[in-house]
Amino acid sequence: MRERLALSRPKEASSGKTGSWRTFRPVVDKEACNACGLCAQYCPDAAIDEELNIDLDYCKGCGICANECPKQAIAMVREER
Amino acid sequence: MSGNRIAKLSLQLMTIIEERSVNNLSAIPKEEYLYKCTSACAGCSSSLCLRYVLKAAGPDSVLVVPACCTSVIQGMYPGTAMNVPVYNIAFAAAAACASGMSDAFATLGRETNVIVYAGDGGTVDIGIQALSGAFERGTNFLYICYDNEAYGNTGMQRSGSTPLGARTTTTPGGKPTAKKDLDRIVEAHNPPYMATACSAYPLDLYKKVKKALSIEGPKFIHILAPCPPGWRYPTEKTVEMGKLAVKTAQWILYEREFGKLTINGPSKAAMKKPAPLEDYIKSQGRFKNLSPEIFDLMRQQVEQNIQRLSREEAGVC
Repeated sequence: MRERLALSRPKEASSGKTGSWRTFRPVVDKEACNACGLCAQYCPDAAIDEELNIDLDYCKGCGICANECPKQAIAMVREER
Repeated sequence: MSGNRIAKLSLQLMTIIEERSVNNLSAIPKEEYLYKCTSACAGCSSSLCLRYVLKAAGPDSVLVVPACCTSVIQGMYPGTAMNVPVYNIAFAAAAACASGMSDAFATLGRETNVIVYAGDGGTVDIGIQALSGAFERGTNFLYICYDNEAYGNTGMQRSGSTPLGARTTTTPGGKPTAKKDLDRIVEAHNPPYMATACSAYPLDLYKKVKKALSIEGPKFIHILAPCPPGWRYPTEKTVEMGKLAVKTAQWILYEREFGKLTINGPSKAAMKKPAPLEDYIKSQGRFKNLSPEIFDLMRQQVEQNIQRLSREEAGVC
């Protein structure tokens, strides 16, 4: 049946791959990380998953994770393009 | 021991266990109701708040969003990042729309959560009559105002919620008047539940949304949402800025259940010994070149708020 309403459907990347906005990329030092999960808790875009891997397709590079990490295990490194 | 007393004690125990479990991360559901990724600015605290609001509300919820940042960040048609139904509506109509929706769900016998997620412009200025009307009618819904203290998505014009002395694009010399005290306006409607929250304390916010949705009637949560481009601070300081607002007692976290005020943990400590207000002011570009007289006024305002709330909590009014 043809839709009579202009409905938006949920989908991934509805605003494109926002990772391209980034100027600084978070790099995790897995040795220093104690897996407390604060970075994932504070990530506004839920770009950090349960195993604390950062989804660089969508990470906007705001740096909250690096700022809030109690072990300073995340460094913000300038993107080379 | 009478059965009544046992029931009361077990209820208390349940609340304590629940509170403990909410304070650790594992109690928060893993599901995300925001698909990657909204087009919010980097370091946006509003999308951080929305994540936790939706985690607490679950999939059986409808969001009513008036014109605000959240209506802009959903994505481009025909896609949306929101994995719950969202009804985008005009600025002045959010609470009125939610009233109708809530009544319709009640008639159908459904227990869907109706949540209004509105910015400060759509709450404090333009949407206040609809908000007041819905609270007076006793609509069963939750109104959440995320407050970044200006009209964010149109380019940071002043709103009624902009604090004294803050520079916005329409108050380049600093706002001459104080912030409208929305919480006291809402309090005057005697809602069964109202609370303040801050984006820097997402677990506290989660707990408050959970509690609000378990209560019948109109509920209100006011979230302070620091905004990097508007408040002019680097994006990584979003959470730090929220914590500073609470630690300096500029923003006080409390809940009011059926008229009884409870000050929450982080603010209890801050009200006894607030961090210097300079820390909060100096770290934001919007308070640049603030005159000492305005600064004194701001400090007095903070002290007055602390006194008023601690008197109320102690039962002296």
